[in-house]
Amino acid sequence: MADNEVKISVKNLKKCYGNLEVLKDISSDITKGEVVCVIGPSGSGKSTFLRCLNRLENVTSGTIIVDGNDITSKNTNINKVRENIGMVFQHFNLFNNLNILDNLTLAPTQLKKCSKTEAVERAKKMLKKVGLEDKASSFPSQLSGGQKQRVAIARALCMEPDIMLFDEPTSALDPEMVGEVLQVMKDLAADGMTMVIVTHEMGFAREVCDRVLFMDGGYIIEEGTPQEVLVNPKEPRTIDFLNKVL
Amino acid sequence: MIKIITVYGTMLVAAMGRTLLLALLGLFFACIIGMVFGIMGVVKNRACNIISQIFVDVIRGVPMIVLAFFVYFGVPYLFNTIIGGFTISLTALQAGTICLALNCGAYMAEIIRAGIQSVDIGQMEAARSLGLTYGMAMRKVVLPQAIKTMIPTFINQFIITLKDTSILSVIGFPELVNTAKNVQANTFMSFQTWAIVGIMYLIVITILSRSAKVLERRLNVGR
Repeated sequence: MADNEVKISVKNLKKCYGNLEVLKDISSDITKGEVVCVIGPSGSGKSTFLRCLNRLENVTSGTIIVDGNDITSKNTNINKVRENIGMVFQHFNLFNNLNILDNLTLAPTQLKKCSKTEAVERAKKMLKKVGLEDKASSFPSQLSGGQKQRVAIARALCMEPDIMLFDEPTSALDPEMVGEVLQVMKDLAADGMTMVIVTHEMGFAREVCDRVLFMDGGYIIEEGTPQEVLVNPKEPRTIDFLNKVL
Repeated sequence: MIKIITVYGTMLVAAMGRTLLLALLGLFFACIIGMVFGIMGVVKNRACNIISQIFVDVIRGVPMIVLAFFVYFGVPYLFNTIIGGFTISLTALQAGTICLALNCGAYMAEIIRAGIQSVDIGQMEAARSLGLTYGMAMRKVVLPQAIKTMIPTFINQFIITLKDTSILSVIGFPELVNTAKNVQANTFMSFQTWAIVGIMYLIVITILSRSAKVLERRLNVGR
């Protein structure tokens, strides 16, 4: 396995909402199998950065290349690229009109990735992986927050993506449910999934991440291994932030 | 009163039938118009949004009786006399259907637009993040949820449209009110005639709204 293969390459990314510059100049390469945590105060642009990676937000300038496809170009079929990038949201966003099994099989069957029976089989496998095989016929409203988030992860995995994006996956959960979601994410990381995680879970970042990006005011202020950024930060802004949250 | 029922009963029931026919035709096309303009109101396209908004504003801003005169007398006059060259003539049923469809369609467009926008944006984002196209996400995820919230307002609009058919008596379509006017003119029994007509509307609309309630409850199963 070529460990240095670049999966996502971000160059001079800039994102504005009207006059508000949310991302000012972001450049970073994410390699295959890498687990990258993005931390920073709220309003620092970390969620926007993540949402640019699958073009849920259109960038203002700069380039983002995912698996060789320039997703900032209008000519790129973004839907095709997104099939390969799973995303997990803070508020789960399970499809409320569908039961759990249909939540998992909707995209694979609609996009003709596989037959209905294969999709169901894979969905059951993924539900088992996140420990919810008995919930296939439940509706999202019948699940707890932690269960919903695990289903959301399973739903993304059913598309067999190479990359997973997590946008504060545990921020909307009761404290006692955070652990079960983080465990699923740890298993994924151990399987070699390329992951970009926006999180406030410093313990998780230290334990699981290969690299931590500290963002503030639309810039990456500091990046490095968890040891470098979280334990021995150099930038005063990073030190200040960590003092407040730890 | 008994005399009216025995002598004019079948005539009034037949007129109610024409009222329902007109309402159904109007609602059918209104659904199509409402769907088209409602979706045009939510898509990410400035031109579509504006066209939809103008349509809704214009129709909502004109009383239906004016719209009825305009479609039935004004539009044929425009083609036959002002422009000239080709003749257009609309039957009262055709003109009535067009009026109802436009009028109700504009309100339906607003109901549909608001219904779609009431669905959490995260639903669309999650669907798109999996690689689904905008159309697939709309059809499979957003619309099914939006329609559930729209149903009570839809029913309300259907009832309003059914009652609005009475306005079309002014262009001579022989629906219930127009027919009742003749009955009253023949019998001079105003109180009895209009009481019977009122009760007829009441019965039909009550049946309609009760069965709509049942439908609404059915659709909510499994929520």
